[in-house]
Amino acid sequence: MGSDFTASVTVDSINPKVLKCEYAVRGEIVTHAQRLQQELQTNPSSLPFKEIIYCNIGNPQSLGQHPITFFREVLALCDHPALLEKPETSALFSSDSISRAQQILSSIPGKATGAYSHSQGIKGLRDAIAAGIAARDGFPANADDIFLTDGASPGVHNMMQLLLRSESDGILCPIPQYPLYSASIALHGGTLVPYYLDEATGWGLETSELKKQLDDARSKGIAVRALVVINPGNPTGQVLAEGNQQQIVEFCKNEGLVLLADEVYQENIYVDDKKFNSFKKVARSMGYGEEDLTLVSYQSISKGYYGECGKRGGYMEVTGFSSGVREQIYKVASVNLCSNISGQILASLVMNPPKPGDASYESYATERDGILKSLASRAKALEAALNSLEGVTCNKAEGAMYLFPRIRLPEKAIEAAKAAKKAPDTFYALRLLESTGVVVVPGSGFGQVPGTYHFRCTILPQEDKIPAIISSLKTFHESFMNQYRD
Amino acid sequence: MSFIRSPAVPIESINPKVRNCEYAVRGEVFNYALRLQEELEKNPGSRPFDEIIYCNLGNPQALNQQPITFFRQVLALCEYPALFDSDETQKLFSSDAISRARQIRAMLSGNSTGAYSHSKGAKGLREMIAAGIALRDGYPANAEDIFLTDGVSSAVHMIMQLLIRSERDGILCPIPQYPLYSASIALHGGKLVPYELNEASGWGLEVFELKRRVDMAREDGIYVRALVVINPGNPTGQVLSESNQQEIAELCRKEGLVLLADEVYQENVYVKNKKFISFKRIARSLDYEENELSLVSFQSISKGYYGECGKRGGYMELCGFSEDVKDQIYKVASVDLCSNTSGQILASLVMNPPKPGEESHELFLAEKEAILSSLARRAKALEDAFNSMEGVLCQKAEGAMYLFPRIKLPEKAIEAAKKVNMAPDTFYALKLLDDTGLVFVPGSGFGQAPDTWHVRTTILPEEHKIPAIVSRLKAFHESFMREFRD
Repeated sequence: MGSDFTASVTVDSINPKVLKCEYAVRGEIVTHAQRLQQELQTNPSSLPFKEIIYCNIGNPQSLGQHPITFFREVLALCDHPALLEKPETSALFSSDSISRAQQILSSIPGKATGAYSHSQGIKGLRDAIAAGIAARDGFPANADDIFLTDGASPGVHNMMQLLLRSESDGILCPIPQYPLYSASIALHGGTLVPYYLDEATGWGLETSELKKQLDDARSKGIAVRALVVINPGNPTGQVLAEGNQQQIVEFCKNEGLVLLADEVYQENIYVDDKKFNSFKKVARSMGYGEEDLTLVSYQSISKGYYGECGKRGGYMEVTGFSSGVREQIYKVASVNLCSNISGQILASLVMNPPKPGDASYESYATERDGILKSLASRAKALEAALNSLEGVTCNKAEGAMYLFPRIRLPEKAIEAAKAAKKAPDTFYALRLLESTGVVVVPGSGFGQVPGTYHFRCTILPQEDKIPAIISSLKTFHESFMNQYRD
Repeated sequence: MSFIRSPAVPIESINPKVRNCEYAVRGEVFNYALRLQEELEKNPGSRPFDEIIYCNLGNPQALNQQPITFFRQVLALCEYPALFDSDETQKLFSSDAISRARQIRAMLSGNSTGAYSHSKGAKGLREMIAAGIALRDGYPANAEDIFLTDGVSSAVHMIMQLLIRSERDGILCPIPQYPLYSASIALHGGKLVPYELNEASGWGLEVFELKRRVDMAREDGIYVRALVVINPGNPTGQVLSESNQQEIAELCRKEGLVLLADEVYQENVYVKNKKFISFKRIARSLDYEENELSLVSFQSISKGYYGECGKRGGYMELCGFSEDVKDQIYKVASVDLCSNTSGQILASLVMNPPKPGEESHELFLAEKEAILSSLARRAKALEDAFNSMEGVLCQKAEGAMYLFPRIKLPEKAIEAAKKVNMAPDTFYALKLLDDTGLVFVPGSGFGQAPDTWHVRTTILPEEHKIPAIVSRLKAFHESFMREFRD
């Protein structure tokens, strides 16, 4: 420690885990895009494109997707309950949104929507969520197992903090993965134990690969604590087959691993031959109870057809922990008191939406189906476009919100990247941004087999913009290949 | 919940930092109160009181404080913008709420509260907050220095994570303190370096005590990284004098300590001879250059006269940090994407409320003043009550929302507590709860000078309930002293 008191906090004196963690989804490319966006604002014709299109992040409502009307009606009424006493309100809000808001308000002690709630979330809302889980899976869920959080991200952090004692503790993560996992493992001082998804088989997850990586880590003295599975996958979009899920459950049970099931895209499935099965349902239908498997299931309000990213809502359903450990999980949740009430309310609506016969059901179903159908068709259009590019192959997005095409970069491009001191996929993504205004995230941000290059692009720009995006993408890629083709 | 035979996660295998952290505000006494409440609900009349009154937590709206009308109107309009198109809306919402909501929506990504915002919070909202800070202090504030967070708790965690590399990194904390600080230091693996506030002088903060503690810690090989000052104080309620604040700022500058200024009670000052001065203003008025003092100022939407605890909003303003350190802070913020938009919006309203001349100003001012004057009256009534009790001495609550009376417990009581393996103040608080239904937090949860005993209560129960509370409290204390008097 030096005596230079004018700079008490430097990058050399901060927590090295902070320095180590990376999160490419809002990393270098995005910062550059924001600068270009500012340039465009001051000087609209200064660049070869009119607007920046952010395809880096699963943020539907920023690109024009509308929230579900019923959900927002309920939220507004809960935000300003005085409305429920005014006669004009029945002309402005659907009758079932009024009654749902009243029901939610009565489940809040004192109807106080601005009060800290129970640290796991309002009991009545957890009951509604547990009922929704049971209806979805056909197996019961317990409100006491549910922890409502500000998005799924804090729930992930809680588990990493709980399970990681030192860098001798490891967490199995898919490669490629959503970099919240690599970032939170780094922040909490653990070791990421990678398992590779198989691009050749649509990003398949082989338990033989899991076993190989587990044994390898253990032979190096790593205590592997948990397995992260993202289903539907991010960035890959694959939806696991039930048989595959059963193998994974069996694997975790036999190896004593906590199964961390990221299921935030459970409502985003675009193919008829696959469906979402929660890991809870799979485990219970195999006859496995809490004494067989420790499972944390994550759900969020940010994805699906609701896309309520900015409201920060989600939950983890925590099963198979001893009561002593559960108390510790609760204690850590209590330090930050509770998650935000709007997010809690939306989570209960997502897991318990309007039913047939409800006044809002038809408009709700129309909105929902419209969004999902549109997502499926955008996924298809972009996938086809990417597959038409020279040297590019793109696996189908069976679900989620992303495409993760592989680009075979010519040697000359790789050299040029090296000379510019950039990873080759970052180099490509920067050039793509500068030519077209489209913001994607380089594959290195998610992990990939060494020597392969990818980028992740969302399927979220509005449908009417897709043709122009495809055409500028094709034009750019052709010119890039012309420049660097071997 | 079934019992786990051989869990994948035995309690000995979880992160010891999690096991070490404590948070008494929702600890033992509170959990017992929850159980009593369940009993009362099942079996009214089973206890010598009708209701549990939660005085353990600064949660005003849980005790029937109403939110500010203007704030909730704006929030509802932001969530459900279809309201803008309806004729009835003019009858239900003030025109300035409507125009503020429109203004706010235009600042949001995709004009929607449902999109992830910038990871520091929406730029326009940060600009409004910066303007509010500048107006308050008379010195400019920069939107780029502001990070909007899900309540101040998240921001405190971020800073502890940043500054604590190992258990050799120490953070100076007041004794008594709000146990978020002790809990977050434990969770991030650092060392709490205590400095005692002087009860005899109204919980005065003496700079020589600070210096003494810094020196002692350094002699023990601790790198003292930061000083936490809570002003107005929690649990103590003291408001620092300007000269005291200047001495503190000067000490931090000289000793190279980051000043962590918890200013969440800045709107809660009840005495005419004190006023809130931000540490930012102090630093600027001392003519410090930006890089001479590293200062983090925390503000929340949970306290003041707005009490929006459940909405989870707040910010930290960072001054005197290098760009590369701020980039690291930004990076960590980006991993969890952003704080919830309701909290962001409320933070902008708190720092930029209706002004004289605006349609909502009169009602806003009336609501604000009613709440603040009532808080001041309740603080006095409870303070007087404590001071009338045998062996109890209660410092004035100049600000914040709490009283922290000292109770001189007789030897017999201390013995009785030891016999049941309890801290004497916990013993007192549990008996108090059993007898009166009042939930206080034992002083040991906050820290206190050895062999002194305190309890913390809020001043938040509704005014009309205060006489009954006072009389129950006095009756209990008399009977306790009769039982245990030496």
